[in-house]
Amino acid sequence: MTKPQAIKAAEDRDQPLPEEYFDELEKFIIDMGDTQGALIEILHKAQCIFGYLPRDVQLFIARKLGIPAAEVFGVVSFYSYFTTEPRGRHTISVCMGTACFVRGSDQIIERFKEKLNIESNQITEDGNFTLKDVRCIGACGLSPIVMVDNKVYPRVEEENLDNIIKTYSSEGL
Amino acid sequence: MKICSLDDLSKIRNDRRSLNSRINGRSIEDRIEILVGLATCGISSGAKETQLAFENEIKEKNFKNISVIPVGCIGNCYSEPTVQINVPGQSPVIYGRVHVQDVPEIIEKHIRDGIPVDRLALTNPVDNKQMRIALRHCGLINPEDIFEYLACDGYEALGCAVTQMSPEFIIDEVKKSGLRGRGGGGFPTGVKWEITRAQPGERKYIICNADEGDPGAFMDRSILEGDPHCVLEAMAIGGYALGADQGIIYIRAEYPLAVSRLNTAISQARKLGLLGPNIFGSNFNFDIRIKYGAGAFVCGEETALINSCEGKRGEPNFKPPYPAQKGYWGYPTCVNNVETFANIAPIITKGSSWFASIGTEKSKGTKVFALAGKINNVGLAEVPMGITLRELIYEIGGGIRDGHKFKAIQTGGPSGGVISEEYLDTPIDYDNLIEIGSMMGSGGMIVMDETDNMVNIAKFYLEFSMDESCGRCTPCRIGTKRMYEIINKITSGKGTMADLNSLKQLTYMVRDSSLCGLGQSAPNPVISTMKHFMSEYLAFIPDPRAKLKFNVNKHSRKSKKAD
Ligand SMILES: Cc1cc2nc3c(=O)[nH]c(=O)nc-3n(C[C@H](O)[C@H](O)[C@H](O)COP(=O)(O)O)c2cc1C
Ligand code: FES
Repeated sequence: MTKPQAIKAAEDRDQPLPEEYFDELEKFIIDMGDTQGALIEILHKAQCIFGYLPRDVQLFIARKLGIPAAEVFGVVSFYSYFTTEPRGRHTISVCMGTACFVRGSDQIIERFKEKLNIESNQITEDGNFTLKDVRCIGACGLSPIVMVDNKVYPRVEEENLDNIIKTYSSEGL
Repeated sequence: MKICSLDDLSKIRNDRRSLNSRINGRSIEDRIEILVGLATCGISSGAKETQLAFENEIKEKNFKNISVIPVGCIGNCYSEPTVQINVPGQSPVIYGRVHVQDVPEIIEKHIRDGIPVDRLALTNPVDNKQMRIALRHCGLINPEDIFEYLACDGYEALGCAVTQMSPEFIIDEVKKSGLRGRGGGGFPTGVKWEITRAQPGERKYIICNADEGDPGAFMDRSILEGDPHCVLEAMAIGGYALGADQGIIYIRAEYPLAVSRLNTAISQARKLGLLGPNIFGSNFNFDIRIKYGAGAFVCGEETALINSCEGKRGEPNFKPPYPAQKGYWGYPTCVNNVETFANIAPIITKGSSWFASIGTEKSKGTKVFALAGKINNVGLAEVPMGITLRELIYEIGGGIRDGHKFKAIQTGGPSGGVISEEYLDTPIDYDNLIEIGSMMGSGGMIVMDETDNMVNIAKFYLEFSMDESCGRCTPCRIGTKRMYEIINKITSGKGTMADLNSLKQLTYMVRDSSLCGLGQSAPNPVISTMKHFMSEYLAFIPDPRAKLKFNVNKHSRKSKKAD
């Protein structure tokens, strides 16, 4: 899904990104040796370290690889897996693949939107949840599927949603 | 320890005879085997807990001769977690929906007293219609143990290929087998290998397309999770045949379990010398790397996939040049689908005429279908080509859920079309499906019942194609968006007959002028639903007089000019 992502001229963050994250990323890049064609792999790693790909991280990667920052942003914005916005502590992914769709996943995501009071690809006010619609995760036999972080919830019904949210809410922990 | 010859291989195999008998459905001597399906779908239904419960129970009760073996997907996704129990001298029993609380009962009744627990046993009368070639090991071997694969003739085909066969002979065998690409296009695999081999230059690549973007299809994931070595072996055979010493597996990031099993498999194969330099003591070198996708459907298209492998935006290129001529970093590259590869080793060991004897005249072998949607037995089924949709849905799929009525089946995902009831008796193969306005695609089949509105289904697919359009060519980028807007207007009850007409015209325009397969096939769901279910479109149009006029025109073709 190539969704347009806003380009920010300046970062509006209060806290700078941790230095040791950059060190870790730099080490990863150096250990790779040959970086030809490795941009996507590096972005995966960077997103794994930082949680998202803010402007500074993209610039950092561009400089390390000696390629234009526009090329990095071009790749980041092309792939739906990469995000330039921070994510909530937990990501709720609702599968919108065909098998899940015909079993009612469109209703499920609507209920989530109501309950969390956000749209998809947004983050809740308390920073706890991000809601995402994803394409088929390959467990179509158990549709409709909801995935929270890496845990898959099979055959979800509307009644289950409160429970899922509660399990991952800050109070619930 | 390295395997340097076919003799080494058969020695290892003989040491593990026991496993071979598992494949034949019998376990040896006095060993009872409990196979727990641990693929993504099994794990998310709690199969890990079930496995643990079995292990604990066995320890507690102090049974000595039982092993619990994690395997891949058995194919009965509707009844996960599934467990198969092999008791020597008895035919294997498959249990469905085995949760932790059911474990003691199975242990006591089945394992101690020898009486199967009927309550949980799956009675699957349809298995005789299935025929497993690509899925031959799925659900039977532990995918994380290379020795289990070796024990059931694994890497035998590769060994024979590199020590006894010439590349030309292999290509000829694959050509004669009639194997066609399982990724959607149905291009003859042997021919593709031959073209790639014929290109000048020393450096060539073979790529496995494990992007599986069609939502609702999961056979590639099942193969990779259940039998990763069969893909590695086939890639090495392909590499030998077409002259490549490097293979790449391009896999979507959404399949973490498949990625980790592949990584395990690759390092095990390297350790035994089955990947790397001088395979089986020959002068053939081959190694495999994994590249990750990042969530873009269009990257399943081979030229886009190659761009993505190079770390770029996954936009397709104009063909020709085909990847076989100019692919990865400009070198000749052969891209094949996971399931295509899964068929290779059996063709080499059993011969092309065996493979060619299965299936229909123009489509040989078997095809794995992922049955999903409003069907009772959701899951994977591998059947010979030429079986009818009716057999697939009612016999293997167990019919429509909750006593509803069949309405349509969508094949080929967002690129395919819907098939209505009147075509249910069509034998499934590449050409027949195209003839009735759909396509094979990767093999995903979504069954719909009378509660599904076909216009909404078309809208769903259009939204998918619109989102996934890479934006490189205008007909696809703008065309899918306009079509979506029109269909949205129609479903919200504000459409007119003129809208229906422009929608129809747009479908042909986008189909005929887009750059790659995504745009060319994006209108298919609309075209086919309009063809078979026009009344549902009309039901959304509020002006009844317009409806009348349309119907009149539709039934007398001659008055078309008066429109
Ligand atoms: C939009 C689009 C998406 C595709 N997605 C896939 C896919 O997910 N997996 C796949 O194997 N082939 C996919 N293909 C087909 C590939 O381009 C290519 O034909 C195939 O990988 C060749 O392998 P085969 O000959 O073994 O089928 C797609 C094609 C198009 C146009
Ligand atoms: S469609 Fe939802 S997991 Fe495949």
